[in-house]
Amino acid sequence: MTVVEAREGDGATLRIHGAAVGDRVYAGAITFFALCVPLLLLAIAWELGVAAWPALHRFGFGFLTSSEWDPVKGEFGAAPAIYGTIVSSIIALLLATPLALGVSLFLSELAPRWLRQPVGFLVDLLAAIPSVVYGLWGIFVLLPVLRDPVMPFLRDTLHLDTTGLFTGPAYGPSMLAAGIILAIMVLPYIASVSREVLLAVPRSQREAALALGATRWEAIRGAVLPYARSGIVGGIILGLGRALGETMAVTMLIGNRPEITASLFAPGYTMASLLANEFSEASSDAHLSALMAVGFVLFLITVIVNAIARWLVWQVSRGASGRAA
Amino acid sequence: MSTAIPPLSPPLRPTLRQRAFSERTQRTLRRRRVVNGIMLGVFVVAAVVAVLPLIFIFVHLIRLGVGSLSWDFFTKMPTPVGEAGGGLANAIVGTLILIGVASAVGLPVGVGSGLYLAERKGASLANGVRFLSDVLNGLPSIVMGIFAWQFLVRPVGHFSALAGGVALGAMMIPMVARTTEEMVGVVPVALREAALALGYPRWRTSLSIVLRTASAGIVTGALVAIARIAGETAPLLFTAFGNQFWSLSLRQPIAALPLQIFSYAISPYDAWHSLAWAGALVLIALIFIISLIARIATRARFSAGGGD
Repeated sequence: MTVVEAREGDGATLRIHGAAVGDRVYAGAITFFALCVPLLLLAIAWELGVAAWPALHRFGFGFLTSSEWDPVKGEFGAAPAIYGTIVSSIIALLLATPLALGVSLFLSELAPRWLRQPVGFLVDLLAAIPSVVYGLWGIFVLLPVLRDPVMPFLRDTLHLDTTGLFTGPAYGPSMLAAGIILAIMVLPYIASVSREVLLAVPRSQREAALALGATRWEAIRGAVLPYARSGIVGGIILGLGRALGETMAVTMLIGNRPEITASLFAPGYTMASLLANEFSEASSDAHLSALMAVGFVLFLITVIVNAIARWLVWQVSRGASGRAA
Repeated sequence: MSTAIPPLSPPLRPTLRQRAFSERTQRTLRRRRVVNGIMLGVFVVAAVVAVLPLIFIFVHLIRLGVGSLSWDFFTKMPTPVGEAGGGLANAIVGTLILIGVASAVGLPVGVGSGLYLAERKGASLANGVRFLSDVLNGLPSIVMGIFAWQFLVRPVGHFSALAGGVALGAMMIPMVARTTEEMVGVVPVALREAALALGYPRWRTSLSIVLRTASAGIVTGALVAIARIAGETAPLLFTAFGNQFWSLSLRQPIAALPLQIFSYAISPYDAWHSLAWAGALVLIALIFIISLIARIATRARFSAGGGD
């Protein structure tokens, strides 16, 4: 470590010796802190895994596929929660991705300089609002709006009930409501990653396309988007990771019923909202262990999704710096 | 750039083929321009639609929240159903205590591992830690909550403010680590070399030169992390749990603004609903004040000429 050579004289030698000790202590300390991150992840995996083991052992693979969740009878199948998690996240991504892409293209390609910062700031602000405030707003503003004009409009006026997705009574709390609130919540994450990636596209790409006579849209479609594609996909998957684990707003809007229903008007359940609702009143050890198993599954899914997203974004930023050179 | 191109030859009359070609080009050009206009319009609409929810949320927060704000809100305790008045004094103090515990846990570990990431750039352990801290950052907060329950509540047998603070602090670690790494990374190497050349040992160089230079940025990052965890509810559901009474003890359940907003929002009482809106307004105000300080700190740093 130390390249300083000891000179004659006790003072200097002592000081250098002291420095070497200090260096070693310092290096040890920061290494320890750095190791806290992997240790924390390991600890989470271990603690959840151990607590989930009885349920996973008892129900086996059926835990993921059985749709009966009945704490009284001691039957635990997580399928409705897994289904609800996936469906609400898909709705969120379907709604949020075009919007987020539109905003980031607007900001990176169209907006005049003075407008960029304020609009970007406003979109980022969406990420600063706590989940529970989204839930509060959802209960008292979004649900009434959905109940009265929106849901009947989709079902009766547009006749979308024939698709099977928009049928049944319009109570309000539903998979659709959860999907919409999730869309608003993941939008800033997708938008900020895509904006970053789009701004990293070299000017020369755009200019070359424009010089060939492309319109601005053609330049975006032909030159900018392909360059930024995998980074944008990374941003979408990052948003998916957020949507999968989002708890409070979803718990307050999804209606919390452990059933699999095709209609998006029907209430559902997600893994996170199942945990939020039942964890503190788990009646038996089996119930608790089943909930821990749900948490463990959620942990695994989000770790995998996040790893993929990070890998994609990392590849683009690495590729961009490599190609730019 | 705009040098005029000299005419190559005297203008000729276009042949029939050329004229047909140019007409076709005209037509497709018109179509392409229309498509261009539509798509650019779509982007503008998307930008407007994306900002709309934010505006709606703020309008409702202010309209419904301000009405229930009063001095009592900040100084009184929650009242039982049916009793008028009451405030969320305990929840506000509880949230501040939880933020304090979270910072005590999250900041040292976060800054320490950020220093490691910056100083051992390229080492395989650093790459691994960087990747894992991103993964940790994306972990659902409810998972952190049940982990903290299993780790700190179950063995003790009762909910505690400490468990809630630790859960929030664990969420801060990856955020603080990454901003620390970034901020330490932009400190000029010359500064470090100058200190080393003057005979400073490495550890002192790192702590009193590099870390100090980067401190404004790190403070900003820490404040952003605090702003993010201040509104978290899910990790507190089974750890801090909430408390209807005044409590400052770390070993007892403690009230928190987000928890109180949640239980008031799903309650059937109008009085509690308006308290929930007021609580949400105060929570958002708290978060924005913290973020604003962070922004000002950043600006001060940039105008001082440091950083990138």
